[in-house]
Amino acid sequence: MAQNAEHVLDHVELFRGPEYQQMLANKKKMFENARDPAEVERIREWSKTPEYREKNFAREALTINPAKACQPLGAVFASVGFEGTLPFVHGSQGCVAYYRSHLSRHFKEPSSCVSSSMTEDAAVFGGLNNMADGLANSYNMYKPKMIAVSTTCMAEVIGDDLNAFIKTSKERGSVPQHFDVPFAHTPAFVGSHITGYDNALKGILEHFWDGKAGTAPKLDRTPNEKINFIGGFDGFTVGNTREIKRIFDLMDVQYTILADNSDVFDTPTDGEFRMYDGGTTLEDAANAVHAKATLSAQQWCTEKTLAFIAGHGQEVLAFNHPVGVSATDELLMALSRITGKEIPEALARERGRLVDAMADSSAHIHGKKFAIYGDPDLCYGLTAFLLELGAEPVHVLSTNGNKAWHDKMQALFASSPFGQNCHAYPGRDLWHMRSLLFTEPVDFLIGNTHGKYLERDTGTPLIRIGFPIFDRHHHHRSPVWGYQGGMNVLVKILDKIFDEIDKKTSVAGTDYSFDIIR
Amino acid sequence: MSFATTESIEEIKARNKELIQEVLTVYPDKTAKRRAKHLNVHEAGKADCGVKSNLKSIPGVMTIRGCAYAGSKGVVWGPIKDMIHISHGPVGCGQYSWGSRRNYYAGTTGIDTFVTLQFTSDFQEKDIVFGGDKKLVKLIDELQELFPLNNGITIQSECPIGLIGDDIEAVSKAKSKEYGGKTIVPVRCEGFRGVSQSLGHHIANDAVRDWVFDRLTPEKSSRFEPTPYDVAIIGDYNIGGDAWSSRILLEEMGLRVIAQWSGDGSLAELEATPKAKLNILHCYRSMNYISRHMEEKFGIPWCEYNFFGPTKIAESLRRIAGYFDDRIKEGAERVIAKYQPLVDAVVAKYRPRLEGKTVMLFVGGLRPRHVIGAYEDLGMEVVGTGYEFGHNDDYQRTAQHYVKDGTLIYDDVNGYEFERFVEKMQPDLVGSGIKEKYVFQKMGVPFRQMHSWDYSGPYHGYDGFPIFARDMDMAINSPVWRKTKAPWKAVAEPRLMAAE
Repeated sequence: MAQNAEHVLDHVELFRGPEYQQMLANKKKMFENARDPAEVERIREWSKTPEYREKNFAREALTINPAKACQPLGAVFASVGFEGTLPFVHGSQGCVAYYRSHLSRHFKEPSSCVSSSMTEDAAVFGGLNNMADGLANSYNMYKPKMIAVSTTCMAEVIGDDLNAFIKTSKERGSVPQHFDVPFAHTPAFVGSHITGYDNALKGILEHFWDGKAGTAPKLDRTPNEKINFIGGFDGFTVGNTREIKRIFDLMDVQYTILADNSDVFDTPTDGEFRMYDGGTTLEDAANAVHAKATLSAQQWCTEKTLAFIAGHGQEVLAFNHPVGVSATDELLMALSRITGKEIPEALARERGRLVDAMADSSAHIHGKKFAIYGDPDLCYGLTAFLLELGAEPVHVLSTNGNKAWHDKMQALFASSPFGQNCHAYPGRDLWHMRSLLFTEPVDFLIGNTHGKYLERDTGTPLIRIGFPIFDRHHHHRSPVWGYQGGMNVLVKILDKIFDEIDKKTSVAGTDYSFDIIR
Repeated sequence: MSFATTESIEEIKARNKELIQEVLTVYPDKTAKRRAKHLNVHEAGKADCGVKSNLKSIPGVMTIRGCAYAGSKGVVWGPIKDMIHISHGPVGCGQYSWGSRRNYYAGTTGIDTFVTLQFTSDFQEKDIVFGGDKKLVKLIDELQELFPLNNGITIQSECPIGLIGDDIEAVSKAKSKEYGGKTIVPVRCEGFRGVSQSLGHHIANDAVRDWVFDRLTPEKSSRFEPTPYDVAIIGDYNIGGDAWSSRILLEEMGLRVIAQWSGDGSLAELEATPKAKLNILHCYRSMNYISRHMEEKFGIPWCEYNFFGPTKIAESLRRIAGYFDDRIKEGAERVIAKYQPLVDAVVAKYRPRLEGKTVMLFVGGLRPRHVIGAYEDLGMEVVGTGYEFGHNDDYQRTAQHYVKDGTLIYDDVNGYEFERFVEKMQPDLVGSGIKEKYVFQKMGVPFRQMHSWDYSGPYHGYDGFPIFARDMDMAINSPVWRKTKAPWKAVAEPRLMAAE
């Protein structure tokens, strides 16, 4: 017996001891009808080959380890960015349990959201009663300022009409007539969580700007000097949104963050549970129509939203998860151009410090090969930064990236001598990435928590930047955007590079390359 | 501090009843009537807890429950390690349930075992419009080509499958035939079926019956010689290694474990189970169905057991031994004696730190009752408990064997109710799930996730008990809870902004 009260052994150590190892070996031998170890080894080796890669890339029906989630997750993420807003997902209830768990595991925060709990009878008769009862209950229990409705695939398949259902619910008195209930259809079988973000945000703006589903006059735009900023679906929303606010304040720009969930995903532990915290006020959401321009940090999270805003006469500009020097330069210069405000010296100093850090460390990154996967904009932003650092982002994969993303990525590669042997893979998954890493190895992998399986299989060290990150804590609190965000990303990458050198050179009986100065 | 130690039982009951009434005032009338049936104060001597259960959740209340898919793919089938489980439908369900249950297993992932991979048909609009059967056919071919060492396939239906009229049974039969009788199991666990995870368990159990047991061949079921001491562990998902720290005790007492359902389990183990002399059932809720079926069809008796905390472990070892001869009965006594010094040391170390502390639970499956004994072994008291997806037979077991007079009972509790109850009852610890964890920690209440063991474990068996004790101690006695109030601010009671 290895266990003892003084030094309690948990799963990390307990099962690696001889008693348990023997037990597991016996179980396997006697009862599992296990495969011949030689055969397992043969297949394992085969799975690393170009031949396997070819079969793997020929897949048409099967998806394995995708790096994307479904639309309503993005809708919930966007909805909680508004003051006092309760996301309400119409359809099966299990979905909502999943979104809440997923967001809580990443942010280590509560995630509040309700479901209309549709079951078999609702599948037959439609979910109108679920909607009407659900709105009434949510309104009474959780005292929201707004309820933002989206849908699960169940409600979409049976064709529930949100606009009509909400209208009828109001007529039945579920919520007051003038209570804000924006909505968006968010079918899980179209696009991904970034599509859901786009649809939900557009739904909310449409609600406030275009007459609240026919119940109020449409707003007339009277242009002012304010700038709207949209972050997009972003695992670093807490750090990034605060960094953007800091930059806008330094620039002395008046702004509205649309869907500001940086506070609700970062509430204090002080004895009080804040179900709602911060967020874009409903008044600001409405008045955002008057802004001079809207900037989106993520093009592919906001395609429909930006088109909608442009249709109201604003200038719109989209960036691609701006990481690094040039991406931040472009953001600041665009902001300066639109607002007529000068970029302050403080930001120029920050820029200089990032360039300084890059110069100090570039020898360790230059020529290193990377694989990156994640949402399309994140991939683009990280690729651009790596190219600035003289690294080679050899494989860039986005499960929810499309043809337009591919073309834009290839153009980015073509713009740099370090991008010459690099390729973008839209619509592929992490099992494709596994083949890429075996057949065309790289030095480092950048991705979310799920990348740890690739790290284990292929030995490619993983740098965790993306969503979700479940197995490391608190990184979402630091920005990756702006010059300071670039600094954070640089340090993350460098730490991994140096740790890997130390791992390789920490060899008993030798003392070379295990340097204390680098 | 807990009121439970400072008030009489009658005062506690009155207070809890008042609390229920208070909570119900928030609801519209119709909802209040429905919820009232799920909340109660336990009366000692009653046959059940006096609550309705296994009924539909009410829309919009923030139920904690999941769905049938979660019950089948997430709980019952997902841990079978040498089969590939396809999340059939849109991408989300498989994505959110990917690797989150911590069903540990040994094997080469992606080659001969597959639990922590996310296989999905990633339905697109055209699959909804034209049906997904053709895609499923092709998908199975692709699986066979890329994962030749898989021992079987299950098709875990997501909501759209049942709504668009796909015939996954026909596809399964045809592909099984094509691949020489390969086990391919269609599971109709669409998320809209039933009221919670629970129906998914039942559907998954039935799928084992229909697509594994009913298709057994002599070759599949005779891979080893039976002995009189063969048992199967049923309803242990090996979360954090629970089934392993259970198995080791059963083997030490002289039994032979021929199958684990389903943590670290394999298809061969499922197929061999009809040869067991006794099925021992941990999670009654999720696997009583197949246990009853094996009793009827194969004449295998089953007995429930509880491996949380030394009192229940010893009781359970003796109960299991009662089905066997003296050799096993002596084995049970030997095991209990062997671990007694460990138990004594754990209790000596942790009980003084935990004595008198109160706990409120809200979990699924067996845990709302099963863990109570372990807390009591450490001198703690469970003052409130409830089931996410229990049935009346769960509440009967709870009432008859576990909870004390006056315990607050809340079935299918929702966010609002749970927060209110905790705010008013001020327990020293809440044990529930990830969705609840941060809510209560923000309120300054120590918390342990009791689904995933908060990334710790195992908690089962004698090796698990010290880990359980350590974890409860570190949750309750963490110095961080003394820092929740800024010293320049007046001390305030925890409160809920949302509900004010």
